[in-house]
Amino acid sequence: MLRFALKRLMSLVVTLWVASLVIFLSLEVVPGDPAAFMLGLNAQEDTLAALRDELGLNKGPVERYTDWVGGMLVGDFGTSYTYRTPVSRMILDRVQVSLPLALYALTLSTLIAFPAGIWAAARRGKPTDIVVMGITQLGVAIPNFWFAMLMVLVFAINLRWFNAGGFAGWDAGFFPAMKSLTLPAIALALPQASILARVMRSSLLDTLNEDFIRTARAKGLSRRQALWRHALRNALIPVLTIIGLQFAFLLAGAIIIENVFFLPGLGRLVFQAISARDLIVVESVVMLLVFAVVLVNFLVDLAYAAVDPRLRGRR
Amino acid sequence: MFSGWLRAGALSAAAVVASVGWAQARTDLVVGMQLEPPHLDPTSAAAGAIDSVLYSNVFEGLTRFMSDGSVVPGLAESWEISEDGTVYTFTLRSGVSFHDGTAMDAEDVKFSLDRARAEDSQNAQKALFADIDTVEVVDPQTVRVTLKQPNGSFLFNMAWGDAVIVAPESIDGIKQQPVGTGAFKFSNWVQGDRIEIVKNPDYWGEPAKLDRATFKFIADPTAAFAAVMAEDVHVFSGFPAPENLPQFEADPRFQVLVGSTEGETILGTNNKMPPFDNVKVREALAHAIDRQAIIDGAMFGYGTPIGTHFAPHNPDYVDLTGMSDYDPEKSKALLAEAGFPDGFTTTLKLPPPSYARRGGEIIAAQLREVGIQTEITNLEWPQWLEEVFRGKDFGLTIVSHTEPADINIYARPDYYFQYDNPAFQQLMTDLNNTTDPAGRSAILKQAQEMIAGDYVNGYLFQLAALSVANAKVMGLWANAPTQATDLTGVYWED
Repeated sequence: MLRFALKRLMSLVVTLWVASLVIFLSLEVVPGDPAAFMLGLNAQEDTLAALRDELGLNKGPVERYTDWVGGMLVGDFGTSYTYRTPVSRMILDRVQVSLPLALYALTLSTLIAFPAGIWAAARRGKPTDIVVMGITQLGVAIPNFWFAMLMVLVFAINLRWFNAGGFAGWDAGFFPAMKSLTLPAIALALPQASILARVMRSSLLDTLNEDFIRTARAKGLSRRQALWRHALRNALIPVLTIIGLQFAFLLAGAIIIENVFFLPGLGRLVFQAISARDLIVVESVVMLLVFAVVLVNFLVDLAYAAVDPRLRGRR
Repeated sequence: MFSGWLRAGALSAAAVVASVGWAQARTDLVVGMQLEPPHLDPTSAAAGAIDSVLYSNVFEGLTRFMSDGSVVPGLAESWEISEDGTVYTFTLRSGVSFHDGTAMDAEDVKFSLDRARAEDSQNAQKALFADIDTVEVVDPQTVRVTLKQPNGSFLFNMAWGDAVIVAPESIDGIKQQPVGTGAFKFSNWVQGDRIEIVKNPDYWGEPAKLDRATFKFIADPTAAFAAVMAEDVHVFSGFPAPENLPQFEADPRFQVLVGSTEGETILGTNNKMPPFDNVKVREALAHAIDRQAIIDGAMFGYGTPIGTHFAPHNPDYVDLTGMSDYDPEKSKALLAEAGFPDGFTTTLKLPPPSYARRGGEIIAAQLREVGIQTEITNLEWPQWLEEVFRGKDFGLTIVSHTEPADINIYARPDYYFQYDNPAFQQLMTDLNNTTDPAGRSAILKQAQEMIAGDYVNGYLFQLAALSVANAKVMGLWANAPTQATDLTGVYWED
């Protein structure tokens, strides 16, 4: 197990290094000068030069790359060009919104998907199965931002149960903060739950066709007992994979939902930073997201090994 | 019996107290706007969002703009101008202090002006200060500014958000903790979400009626609509979805404010690039454009047609739209005369705002009618600045020039549309040397006519200032003479 973990860890480090190069180089070729953007149409040449100098934009690309990576290794993500605050602090502020939102959505989606998927698999071909599959088909097909707007229309504008958006902040208390994340979390969870339920169902059905289930049934277990005792655990591997991917997506990909609900999350930070050519912020946030994805995959790999002992030996 | 009366009296007294309590107007306000300031120093960035939050609320200059665009005394109570127009002696208001408690005096004024024009200054409008030769402190209440040459716009220039008075004590933290002299104090900034300001109890002038105000940043037009509809925000200044305004107008809970801005929206034309170096081609362009169709199609009817680069609400404005009326036949004839009977192909590079993106499609269709084909490219602002504004690599572009009274950009031959006319440049020099209002007015009118006659750019329309507010919020600015959301006079009606 330890050797397996070490091997995975090595590949994690290499992935991160390659990612840092790709991120830096791809942003190098994006046209646009952050200083010109900040100072606008009437800026004079000498003013632009003064600002560029202060921002360190006059340094060569190699020097900027090593400054950036070297800083990150010791936890210094640099200073934002436009906001002029440490990037690490900005990220920390935004993670307080994005991470709970992602976890909230993931919890909702798992809570919906597991029972729905298991139920549908247990009653394969029966009306329950058909209804669950129909609803999840719809859930996959509906764009989440559209569903979000619909919820705003109903619950914020008509019923006034929720605010149309914005984040109350953790200072306001746990429940107000969670309340302001509820509609966005539902909007994010709906398609994820649908996908997860379908994966859960088909994976369970596959497992139910395996020989060991037939053996279990032959030994006298009912179909339901066989499902709960033997099939479920074996069906979890593909489900874990999807959950891992979904978490990464929810953390980084909530940008549209963050816009619909004007939440100050990581997605909007990247979006704002790209449009202002605040490259250092873009680089650092993207790098952090890559790190999160790679880390989640690493943990999922470890979870596989925990769920399925065969995988430990194979690598 | 007696005690019954007494009780009734006590009850009605309680009722009076309660009703007074009810009648007490609200003193908090949530203002929505699209763009968030990058930081909070109006003197070192061009971002209009900084002024939208802080101008006149937190920071004040020697002079200030009023809602109608006029310039009135700000921190300077009065001033004297020397005979030759080069020496301005400002008398500062007494008893003005910064929000950190330090006094605002002549030293702070000198510091602010010197900082803005210094060699390493990062002021986005450094040109406003270019004519200043020296700034001297006469006594704590008096500052003498000597100009290198007369500048008739000097008092106007000092009203800009880029010329507000800041203190050396607080300058280092200004980007996060702005310290000014205004009727509101900065309180808190949750980046990506909101900025809060609170009433300044020690304000030198008339105190603010609101106790606190929150600026909330909502970029998405649909989200903006939802936030106003759900009454999460009480005012949305610069409402981004004009198509929804009729819905608010019909709803008694809301009021819609339609005012004017300083934004002349133009079809920027590269005057040095063939075939646009031929004035006939530019004139043909002007006659090919149907302004009203663009205003209706791109701005849902909000906007005023302009025939030159000047704001229609300005008293010196001359209506020259007749010189470039919509006449496709004339346009084709002019193109043929210029040697392009079959038209030509050019580029149309569009920055992100909807006036440009939507307007660009309509203009492309109108130009096609007279035989001019356009290749449309959509650009982000940083790209637009690099390619169009600095690189001058474009045929046509659409952009709104939101700086107030900026006709002088036509005197800069290296400006992106590259209009190089010595007669116009002389006119602007004359304008600077003229301080008497009648003379300035005459020059400004002549300047408008000159650029209209040279068809430098396609003059499209003046951008409208669109705001939606709760019907009970009073004292809001309808017009936007500068990018400001002046809350100093705003209050809730009982």
